[in-house]
Amino acid sequence: MTLSCRNISFPFNADRWLTRLTRLSACVSAAIVLLVITFLLLESWPAFRTIGVSRFITDESWHPLSDRFCLVPMITATALTSGGAVIFAAPLGVCSAVFSQFYAPPRIAAWHRRLVELLAGIPSVVFGLWGLVILVPLLAHLGGSGQSLLAATLVLALMIMPTVALTSSSALSSVPAELIRGGAALGMKRWSIVWQIAIPAARSGINTGVMLATARAVGETMAVLMLAGNVPEMPSAIVSPVRTLTANIALEMGYATAEHRSLLFVSGLMLMGVVSAGVLIAELVRGRRHV
Amino acid sequence: MFDSVNASAIKERVACFVVWLGAAAILCVLMWIVFDILMKGASQLSINFLLNAPEDAGRSGGIGTIIVSTLMILAVTITAAVPLALASAIALSEDAKSGPGLSGFVRRSLDVLAAVPSIVFGLFGNAFFCITLGMGYSILSGGLTLACMALPILIRTTEQAIRAVPSEYRHAAAALGLSRSTALFRVILPSAMPGIGAGLVLGIGRALAETAALIFTAGYVTRMPESLSDSGRSLSVHIYDMAMNVPGGNSRAYATATVLVGLLLFINAAALATTRYAGNRGSSHVMSGAIR
Repeated sequence: MTLSCRNISFPFNADRWLTRLTRLSACVSAAIVLLVITFLLLESWPAFRTIGVSRFITDESWHPLSDRFCLVPMITATALTSGGAVIFAAPLGVCSAVFSQFYAPPRIAAWHRRLVELLAGIPSVVFGLWGLVILVPLLAHLGGSGQSLLAATLVLALMIMPTVALTSSSALSSVPAELIRGGAALGMKRWSIVWQIAIPAARSGINTGVMLATARAVGETMAVLMLAGNVPEMPSAIVSPVRTLTANIALEMGYATAEHRSLLFVSGLMLMGVVSAGVLIAELVRGRRHV
Repeated sequence: MFDSVNASAIKERVACFVVWLGAAAILCVLMWIVFDILMKGASQLSINFLLNAPEDAGRSGGIGTIIVSTLMILAVTITAAVPLALASAIALSEDAKSGPGLSGFVRRSLDVLAAVPSIVFGLFGNAFFCITLGMGYSILSGGLTLACMALPILIRTTEQAIRAVPSEYRHAAAALGLSRSTALFRVILPSAMPGIGAGLVLGIGRALAETAALIFTAGYVTRMPESLSDSGRSLSVHIYDMAMNVPGGNSRAYATATVLVGLLLFINAAALATTRYAGNRGSSHVMSGAIR
């Protein structure tokens, strides 16, 4: 209580300073993302100026040391691995959410949820290590070295599944109980309720989860770097080795100079663009649902 | 009539089977990964492995210096991110007059920041901290890069913890004539503390798991770091290097992964325990303690 008296007797106004300081901090936190974008733009400017956007597509191959700057194989690899991962992860994630919300007894549901959270917390480099030692030798039976588009896609699917599962689960749990009870009163069985009432009602939440998972797959680096084989050429089969945009940055950043380095920042800028567009769209979808 | 009833009953059976199968598959794969790592790694673990410096590119020796580097990186991250996150979260949750414009903008920016891929943070950290600010490949650059990365999750969890404090506390504090800052520091923050702690633990877990952002900011060096401006290798970078660049390094990679996964499991359990503690503790005596 002495503190509030001090406010009267001293000209120093703690409240006003507190407000200023906290608002300033909030602005600093928000400014970090602008700083990131600014530096990506600054560093990638030389590549835009001296190489030009068209050569990212028209050059015949990626040989940066002899002036060949084609990004198409890497963009294709990123699209294929993340697209494939989402195709595997989305049904499995929704299945996990349906299990924990509608099928599992409460105790098992809680444990299942905890395990999915655990899966979400495993570092990507550990997924990479496991894939390299266990999965790659298994996939080598299909042909090739095993380090391939397929290996990267499968492990990526495992990594993003928890994102779909946890968002879908919370979307399903916020479906109004009256809708579910109404369905049950009409004599609908469990699966009919899930398929015809709960999933349609939770659709926008599930879509948000899939968008976020896609963004995560596009930006994932370490596991893909360890499993995809890293050959910067167009893949001819699902067992061909590929190199994604993220792996390309991680592999070449160490020795890249001048335009080559600048081009790596261009790929970073592309990743940033795709990912932030995904997040903002997901936010819009979620926002519209609340209105 | 009977046919359609039968068909729907069969559909129910099949759906039930498929859903349980999916859940079981997830469980099996998770167990496969965790047990594979722990089984292969645990046999390598010893006190010497945890304390000694790596030798022969990591094939022999231990990970003592790497644990020290990891802890130093984490210390930098926490020191830089926590005060900023706390102040930002206070502005977002307690400052009604900052208006929907400012807080909406801050929130949107943080959403985008949370989604920035870690390799892009690596590029940014390399360009900004290492080169523009002249810190070079150092523990300081790595820690600050991770601080930028952990900021969104820290702010979000702190904000939720502060919002979860019942509004009666604020009303009671105002009725007693406490100034806003006194109410904040004596009443609201103490009762939000377990939630803030759980968020902090989550943020540390995220930072501990990170690899891609550290390779080009904190660097690769395995020597014992003497100061924050030395380069130092984190546990996760060590796993990557052992598995990919050092032939015959797989067993050491497994042992390091066991240490990392063990740490993360411990951290998760700590976060869970803190949240439970926050849930069970009657918050009333926090209030009475504050207005002593």
